[in-house]
Amino acid sequence: MLLPFFEWCEQLWLGQFIVGSNWLFPVIESVHLLGLSVLGGAILVVDMRLLGLGLKNHPVTELARDARPWLIGALVVMIATGIPLFLSESVKCYYSQAFWNKMTALAIGLVFTFTIRARVTETESVGNTARRQAVVGALSLALWFTVAASGRWIGFS
Amino acid sequence: MSLLAFCEWLAATRGSIALHESLVMYPLIESTHVLALTLFVGLAVILDLRLLGLALTRVPVTDIATRLLPWTKVGFTVMVITGVLLFYAIPVRTYQSIFFRVKVVMLILAGLNVWIFNNRVFLRVGEWDRDARTPKAARRAALFSLILWGGIIVAGRMIAYNWFDCDIQPQPAIVNFVAGCVVPPPAP
Repeated sequence: MLLPFFEWCEQLWLGQFIVGSNWLFPVIESVHLLGLSVLGGAILVVDMRLLGLGLKNHPVTELARDARPWLIGALVVMIATGIPLFLSESVKCYYSQAFWNKMTALAIGLVFTFTIRARVTETESVGNTARRQAVVGALSLALWFTVAASGRWIGFS
Repeated sequence: MSLLAFCEWLAATRGSIALHESLVMYPLIESTHVLALTLFVGLAVILDLRLLGLALTRVPVTDIATRLLPWTKVGFTVMVITGVLLFYAIPVRTYQSIFFRVKVVMLILAGLNVWIFNNRVFLRVGEWDRDARTPKAARRAALFSLILWGGIIVAGRMIAYNWFDCDIQPQPAIVNFVAGCVVPPPAP
């Protein structure tokens, strides 16, 4: 049912422009990877703290507030490079299980990050017990790990 | 034994062939290599941003060094182990890859940068540990680090592409020279 949409995506000029170039796909993909490393740092520094690791002598709210612009900046870079990569091989993505796994985890991850995780990391509340923080940190890591791992796997399928 | 001969010998070993031909192991090692970036470069970026005064400015630099760098080292160890295995799987082509060679040079420079930082700049960290604005030498080291690791990521990704491979000829002489290609002289 969605196949016609994916076929439409692939024939758009941007995707075709990338397909027609030897260099563009690798270059965009490299920027996607640079975004990944920054995103990784911005997420890890807070999630590790939620799990009681790393900068545990600093308040979660302080770390989360400082990491937030880098988290959002990295996400913007990842999405801005991810969309052209997708447009250049939409039909392949349609048939790739890894792509659907990634998109599912990404959708859940984004919603989780900007609702539950945001509430636990950005507000001071007695309800934010160490156990709740640990659960949120572990879930966040698991979701983003799934996004990254299945994202890498798209290239192997 | 030349490095090329060593790589050819390596490529003929059973382990290298098995890794090269494995449909599961190679992608798994490669994925681990890429994902470890988040732990290694990701946390290194956090330290660099702190040194540049762009993030966590209320966190003392030594806090980040003592509490995050151990994790960076874990990530680095994973990167080295998986990186060596990736090289072991495809030794000759990788050795003769321009991008691999650029990456190795940048890795050496990044190591040098860390060494200089540890043995000069960081020795006097007590004087500026809590400053949002760190000394110029510290900021310079952080900037070099960001540029070098970014370059290493890009060069590493490009190893996968065969534009400058030795078996794709003709190439400009400079490409063959830098890649160390053994090109037979043109037939008379």
